[in-house]
Amino acid sequence: MTPELALILIMLIPACAAILIPLVGRWQNVREAVSIIAAVALLGVVIWLVRFVGLSPDNRPELFLIEFAGDFELKLKLEPLGAIFAAIASSLWLVNTIFTIGYMRGNKEKNQTRFYTCVAIAIVAVMGIASAANLITLFVFYEILTLSTFPLVTHKGDAKAKKGGRIYLLILMATSLGLLLPAVMGTHVLAGTTDFQVGGIFPAGFSTTAAGILLFLFAFGIGKAALMPIHPWLPNAMVAPTPVSALLHAVAVVKAGVFTMLKVTVYIFGPDLMSNTPASTVLVWIAAISIVLASVIALRKDNLKARLAYSTISQLAYITLGAMLATSFAIVGGGIQIVMHAWGKITLFMCAGAIYTVAHRTEISSLNGLGRTMPWVFGAFLVGSLSIIGIPPMGGSWPKFFLMAGALDAGQKFLLAVLIVSSILNVAYLVPVAMRGFLLKPDDPKSDAHVAEILAKHRFVRFAPVFTAAGAFLLFFAIGPLVEYLKPILPINMTGGL
Amino acid sequence: MATLFEHFNFVVVIVLMMTGLYVVFASNNMIKKLVGLSVFQTSVFLLYISLGKVVGGQPPIIAEEDLHHAPEAGAGVAKAGADAAHAGAGDVAHGAHEAAEVLYSNPLPHVLILTAIVVGVATLSIGLALVVRTREVYGTIEEDEIDNLDYHKNLEGAAK
Amino acid sequence: MQIMSILPEWILSHGAASIVVIPLMLAVLTALNPNAKLAWATVLGVTALSVFTALGLLIQVMTHGPIHYNMGGWVPPLGIGYYIDGLNAPILLLISGVALLCTIYALPSVAAEVEPKKKGPFYAAFLISFAGLLGMVVTADAFNVFVFLEVSSISTYVLVAMGASRDRRALTSSFNYLIMGSIGATFFVIGIGFLYMQTGTLNMMDIARVLQEIGPGDRVVQLAFAFIVIGLGLKLAMFPLHMWLPGAYAYAPSFFTAFLAATATKAALYLLLRFTFTVFDPSWDYIATALMILLSGMGILGMLAASLQAIFQNDIRRVLAYSSVAQVGYMLLGIGMATTLGLTAGYLHMLNHAMMKGALFIAVGAFWYRFGITQVSDMRGLGKTMPWTMAAFTVAGISLIGVPGTAGFVSKLKLAQAAAENGWWWAIGVIVTTSIMAIIYIGRMIEQAYFQPVPEIDGKPVVRNEAPMAMLIPLWIMAAAALVFGIQTEWSTSLAEAAAHVLDAGPNTLIPGAIDALPDAGGH
Repeated sequence: MTPELALILIMLIPACAAILIPLVGRWQNVREAVSIIAAVALLGVVIWLVRFVGLSPDNRPELFLIEFAGDFELKLKLEPLGAIFAAIASSLWLVNTIFTIGYMRGNKEKNQTRFYTCVAIAIVAVMGIASAANLITLFVFYEILTLSTFPLVTHKGDAKAKKGGRIYLLILMATSLGLLLPAVMGTHVLAGTTDFQVGGIFPAGFSTTAAGILLFLFAFGIGKAALMPIHPWLPNAMVAPTPVSALLHAVAVVKAGVFTMLKVTVYIFGPDLMSNTPASTVLVWIAAISIVLASVIALRKDNLKARLAYSTISQLAYITLGAMLATSFAIVGGGIQIVMHAWGKITLFMCAGAIYTVAHRTEISSLNGLGRTMPWVFGAFLVGSLSIIGIPPMGGSWPKFFLMAGALDAGQKFLLAVLIVSSILNVAYLVPVAMRGFLLKPDDPKSDAHVAEILAKHRFVRFAPVFTAAGAFLLFFAIGPLVEYLKPILPINMTGGL
Repeated sequence: MATLFEHFNFVVVIVLMMTGLYVVFASNNMIKKLVGLSVFQTSVFLLYISLGKVVGGQPPIIAEEDLHHAPEAGAGVAKAGADAAHAGAGDVAHGAHEAAEVLYSNPLPHVLILTAIVVGVATLSIGLALVVRTREVYGTIEEDEIDNLDYHKNLEGAAK
Repeated sequence: MQIMSILPEWILSHGAASIVVIPLMLAVLTALNPNAKLAWATVLGVTALSVFTALGLLIQVMTHGPIHYNMGGWVPPLGIGYYIDGLNAPILLLISGVALLCTIYALPSVAAEVEPKKKGPFYAAFLISFAGLLGMVVTADAFNVFVFLEVSSISTYVLVAMGASRDRRALTSSFNYLIMGSIGATFFVIGIGFLYMQTGTLNMMDIARVLQEIGPGDRVVQLAFAFIVIGLGLKLAMFPLHMWLPGAYAYAPSFFTAFLAATATKAALYLLLRFTFTVFDPSWDYIATALMILLSGMGILGMLAASLQAIFQNDIRRVLAYSSVAQVGYMLLGIGMATTLGLTAGYLHMLNHAMMKGALFIAVGAFWYRFGITQVSDMRGLGKTMPWTMAAFTVAGISLIGVPGTAGFVSKLKLAQAAAENGWWWAIGVIVTTSIMAIIYIGRMIEQAYFQPVPEIDGKPVVRNEAPMAMLIPLWIMAAAALVFGIQTEWSTSLAEAAAHVLDAGPNTLIPGAIDALPDAGGH
């Protein structure tokens, strides 16, 4: 297994799955098996690549795809940040597939073949984004991701789904074509290249005004990072079935967005230019406002998925915050948040999906007492909540600490208050859900009893969240290796103190 | 003042040009616009023709007796044509002539103008044909009335 | 090149003349022809022949250098010469190629839009317009330019008015175009007159030579330049002289709009380039200032104003027409920079835009042909009812926006690079803004087609009714070209660079080929 072969494989495996699934669509179990085998194979290759990238910092796996329009090359090059993203994407694809099987069969959803195919294509796009060597490649796969997830959002096919899908596509395409593309072109024109490099690609003494304008274009052009006010697509995409929401809000789309944000600030601008550009401070505050505002809106939502959507917007803004602060702790904190939030949020979404599949309830106010009938699910939800809130010994506590340290490094003491307020708000809107389930009396004991009867049939949807909750807990202890792994993304002079 | 009289052809040209343009812009009636256009184009014809005037020039037809002159006259005739062409440059000037004894008028501007007149006539005829058709279809050739008649159709074409 | 040997000899020796003369002669025959099918076949044959000839001429220019052809063997400056070099050879190919594709498209389209009796004269007028455009591009005599300009314009007025059977506003649009076009052409001829006054010659090379002797100070020459620029500016729809364009494009028969949109402004733009850079000297002060302020300035204004207006139109053809004005603005911006990269970018955009707009207008014609659609709000569900047509429309549309992988992206990026090289940062901002506006007006149409439900007649959804093959083939050739030239950019870029090369050399490109040059490939 050579690195180049591995890179080819991470694109090829999900692509083959995407081709095979429609062919075997009629036979459900075969089709599901294809997805699972592909996911396992992908995970294997990705783990190999992750180890390789970690072991040989000077020999990054590269793959040249195609050249077009004279100047532009589509090529892949895997570095630690991308490797980590690929790792969570492939691992959570496996988990999500198992959950999806349970959900789809449990709800007897239609068009399942189309669903699994689009997911596979989306994973190809995610792998492309993770391993992109330059902005152009990343942009192309970014667009493919938008287009391939669109049928997933409108899966249900009714008027609400179509409307949600329209807004999803509209906002993402408009921001990417109208803001991100000019930013990419501007980078190409001003820096002469769009290849990612440690420390940034702009020449020393680059005009901070130009950098500021570009930074704004990037920040709002990367619509998938859901920085306010580009966020409306996220809650509108909740019309999708829960496996899609789990995929979108933990694995693929939003993580692709904030991953791009991090890559741009770390590898295109570089921490030095970021700290010299006044625009980054403005964006820090926009991110901070997003964090708090989204949490406040989440408080007022009774629909579980809507509340989780706004929670996601808030958590993503953490990563944007880290990217814009651009100190070593902040950047590494952002990278770690990608991992921790992924595992934590997918837990929460899968719990929501389980509750919907088994008990057909979507509003939080209807969950009273359900925890006694579905202890595993609500327990997982509680663990996931604690990770999102950031309480040790859950994995999600580390990004908070790192971000606070990063904020102090950058001299933004007020951000500490923002982060603490955000944690308090997280408690306010997440913990009550689990508490309702365990502590309050059920509104309708008969329906709860009915739930208890059919519980045994839905093993997949119940145990998938438990698995990821356990993962969120275990990741707490993985912090050391993670930080070490991420160190090479920073320029050499910045790694002290980590 | 003297220069104005010396270059009165340009004065005429300017007056006609501006009149023609004004009529085109200011009239509502399609035929009047065409009239203005024609006046405008006529001014251009006058410009060219007056440029080409060689004082004391003969019609540019080689006369019989010239052919019997020394061979260089043959070359001189051709040269006279070319010289007259160059001499036509500048103001209404007295043509400077060299070896040839006969001074010929410059035929080139006249040729150009004939072409332009033909073009003008063709344009005018198309324009008039359009006017006839417009009258058949709309019942009027006043542009504001036509706009009124098309008002609702045009509204449809504006974004909702 | 081996291809040279298979070209018949007459292309090399008489191609420059035949490409103009044959369409003219056959136009007369076509007008007299009562059989519409035969008329169409003649046009097809003529355009195919022209493509072949233009290709041969292009190859010869690329390998052997400029072609001088003397009409009737009379040596310029007494005779009229034709001159083909790297600047106009690609445009010849462009015009004839688009004409060929549009003629294929014309078979069903014209049948639906023009009365059977008038089809013969219709095609004849088209051939005259075609010949006129080619003549404008090929000739090296300034007054000959005016003649061909008017030849093509007058036939265009007629052809635009033929759209009256569809929409009676074609008549007023054609009349408006007639008035404005004639004023423009007359301005042009006034300019030529002044030039003739000062230089005594009408041959472009000779004028260039004499102008070099006269120098930049001559006021009459400056005046001549002004008139020529304004006259040509009207023809190429430079803002604010573009008012004739939306009406003419919107109400002409769809076959002719597709042809016109892709060719007419390009020929006028070529003339502007030829005059500004190779007849006049761009190093002179007043010309350099004019380039920067007038061309680029009006280009920028055109981009902004026209894109904005395009957003507010509901008639699809008007949206595309205003978009054309904006695209001409892009070209003028690039040309006004007068640097090699800027000229390359402007010229490249000229080539790319022809393909994109041609495809878009053909698609719009197909919409009308099948469903009678002219308004954007009627485009609901076209993604399902005419999938292939709409797909090509989308491809051409995203090329107009400038998505990577399409030709539009390449020329826009080059333009941005040229602006950056020149230090014109505000121009980059304008390019970005107008791209966003393009996203809005194209996105609106795509959204209607793909995301709106199919309209219903009597409660039943409209059935899929794809455009006929004769429309789909040229449509997809042009749309595919927009894609191919976005990925394999070498051909178009090398043509653009050769053209920029010619312009860079200034008047010196023409002067050595002046009076004394013996005809390389001239007739005797």
